[in-house]
Amino acid sequence: MEKKLYSISAIYSNPNDIIRAAAAVRDAGYKKFDIHTPYPIHGLDGAMGLKETKLGFVTLAAAIIGAAGMISFASWVAVVDYPQVIGGKPYWSWPAFVPVTYEIAVLLAVLGTVGAMIAFFFKFPNISHPLHDTPYMKKVSADKFGVSIQADDGKFNEKVVRELLKNTGGEVDAVYYSEEFLTFKPQMFDPKFIFLLVGIALATSAGGYLYWNKVLYLPPFDWMMQQPKVKPQTMSEFYADGFGMRLPVAGTVARGFIPYPYALGAKADSVGKFLVNPLLPTKAALDLGKKKFFTYCSPCHGNFGKGDSRMNGQFPNPPTLHSDKVRTWPDGAIFHTITVGQNVMPSYQYQISREERWAIVNYIRTLQRAYNAKESDLQ
Amino acid sequence: MSAHESIIIPKKELPANIVKLGWALTVIGLVLVVLSYVTDAQRAGFNNIIGFTFLASVAVGAVFFIAIEYIAGAVWSTPFRRVLEFLGMLLVPVVLLAIPIFLNFHSLYHWSHADVVAADKVLQSKSPYLNEQFFAIRFVIYIVIWSLFYFIFRHNSLKQDKDNDQARTKKNIGLAAAFIPLLAISISLFSIDWLMSLEPHWFSTMFGVYYFTGSIVTALAVTTYFVVLLSERGYFFKGINENHYYSFGALLFGLLSFWAYIAFSQFMLIWYANLPEENFWFITRWQNGWEYVSVAIVLFHFWIPYFMLVSRPSKMKPRVLKQSAAILIAAHFLDMYWLVMPTYSASPVFSYYEIAFPILSIGLIIVVFAMQAKKYNLVPVGDPKLQRGIDFHL
Repeated sequence: MEKKLYSISAIYSNPNDIIRAAAAVRDAGYKKFDIHTPYPIHGLDGAMGLKETKLGFVTLAAAIIGAAGMISFASWVAVVDYPQVIGGKPYWSWPAFVPVTYEIAVLLAVLGTVGAMIAFFFKFPNISHPLHDTPYMKKVSADKFGVSIQADDGKFNEKVVRELLKNTGGEVDAVYYSEEFLTFKPQMFDPKFIFLLVGIALATSAGGYLYWNKVLYLPPFDWMMQQPKVKPQTMSEFYADGFGMRLPVAGTVARGFIPYPYALGAKADSVGKFLVNPLLPTKAALDLGKKKFFTYCSPCHGNFGKGDSRMNGQFPNPPTLHSDKVRTWPDGAIFHTITVGQNVMPSYQYQISREERWAIVNYIRTLQRAYNAKESDLQ
Repeated sequence: MSAHESIIIPKKELPANIVKLGWALTVIGLVLVVLSYVTDAQRAGFNNIIGFTFLASVAVGAVFFIAIEYIAGAVWSTPFRRVLEFLGMLLVPVVLLAIPIFLNFHSLYHWSHADVVAADKVLQSKSPYLNEQFFAIRFVIYIVIWSLFYFIFRHNSLKQDKDNDQARTKKNIGLAAAFIPLLAISISLFSIDWLMSLEPHWFSTMFGVYYFTGSIVTALAVTTYFVVLLSERGYFFKGINENHYYSFGALLFGLLSFWAYIAFSQFMLIWYANLPEENFWFITRWQNGWEYVSVAIVLFHFWIPYFMLVSRPSKMKPRVLKQSAAILIAAHFLDMYWLVMPTYSASPVFSYYEIAFPILSIGLIIVVFAMQAKKYNLVPVGDPKLQRGIDFHL
């Protein structure tokens, strides 16, 4: 393919020459030209007639967005989403938000500035330029200073430009490029570039997901679970006997605990005489008794206390609660049986509180009455 | 040197109206000070501390900038370094202003009463540091450190005008390196002694930095004001441009932001922890009208000059520079008032007592500057960095 003229360039060997050349090019009225130097030269922007950069406004906008966004987010978290009283202060304690607001404003300002610079000024993803890999660029990035006046400038006339640059004392040359390899159109929204971005996003997301969730299993943060303390049923290296759980100190009783005076061997009907039901058969007491009966008693004794649960045959069948023996027992005898157990029935005094046991007794009485109703009950 | 002799204006009398204004302010200030001391010595004493710490800010801040200029090898400020070297001379009135405070010591610093200390456990444990003898000794040490370095810097700089000896710059660079850490310690302790000990139960480890940042902002504001004022009237050298102005504006902007950062950090840490032994200091400054003074400091010491100087073009405008410098000078007075006066009065007070020392201080700054400008070159003509400073480009 044919090569096209990009620019006429000139090389100078000291910084004063380049400032003079820049001023000459500026005064000649050229707009599309650039200066290349190996290091920043103070005063060059004035000599080139460059206007103040607009980049500062991007920085300002990004900083305002960052500050406003962060203070709104912090306020939302602290007031709406997860209100917590911290140090007795109001939910909306703005001084606490100042450091993070400041940091985010700075962060966004910096990222916004760099992003805008890359996108608008460097025209990313256009990664090539006619000046790349030219002898001109090699010189000006080492020890020379160069000016390059572009062929697409409105005033461009090759002969005039060559003359102008020669008069300023430069070593004049021309830069060509091939359209086959280079385009000046911005490629930010080029489908190929968009696909590349999407592909990179998908690949990193999928890779991250697979790595952290499938390859490297990380348990959730459970540091508060793993504390150097003794938990129920665990060993202790502290006590000589190795038991983590300790017995109460001899001769003491826990608050609210009333010791039960009768042991397993005591006859139910004989000790039952001395135990008096403290509960009246109120609706509340019966509801509680029903609930506890269905939880603890019915799995063996059956929903109606007939000794016919679905566990029948799995172990010695429990007796019915409607026998004459149980019906004629005092309340205390049933209470004693629940408390200490009988035959294969274990003690329930640790699962069921005293009051709940008495409530169960009341409920059993209701069941018994229901199965052996008197004539008068029907009227 | 001969090449740029035509550009530099090393010597020129200050405008007569400025000098007259300085003397007038000094005389009015002195009259008001005497009147204050005659009518209410305690109130005058507290205001004396305000004026004293303000002038110390300008003087020590100026010496700090001299040292920083040498140590950093800054060139843009070299043509204006004499302004700082003149302002450092304020160390003399600073010492003079300390005398009436020492004479009224017991009515100002309540830890200086033996019976109060005897009844107070906290003050007893602080008494090895907070006692009158050690206080006076420390003050002498600070003044000796500051003036010793100041006069050596100044001597070398003034001598260089005549002999063009570059070795003097080298000497000053070495001295500046030694001076910076000494200044850091001495100005922190100075602020603890004279300002923080007004409330001897209160403590803040950031207080020294707070006073230091306020001081350098103020010293720079005074310098900026003088530089802009005089360069507009054709002093220093021909061709002072926006690059020099921009440097003053940018430094002023950076330092006032630094002050805000330190001030807010000090407030936030105490506010967050909310410990009764620390928070009462801010609580007294948020009650009975002091809250308006607190807000005014935030506005005039930070937000207003911040937005005045935030854009690049505004940092180059002489008018904006002068205005923001004047606001910052006034804000530092307000800051000292806010630090000192809540100890004297539960709510803000304002009368001729409160304007006596600001008037005297401004008068003294002008007079001291004018007296030196009469004798010495306003531009350090022998400094090897001078030409680069004049040619300075951003």
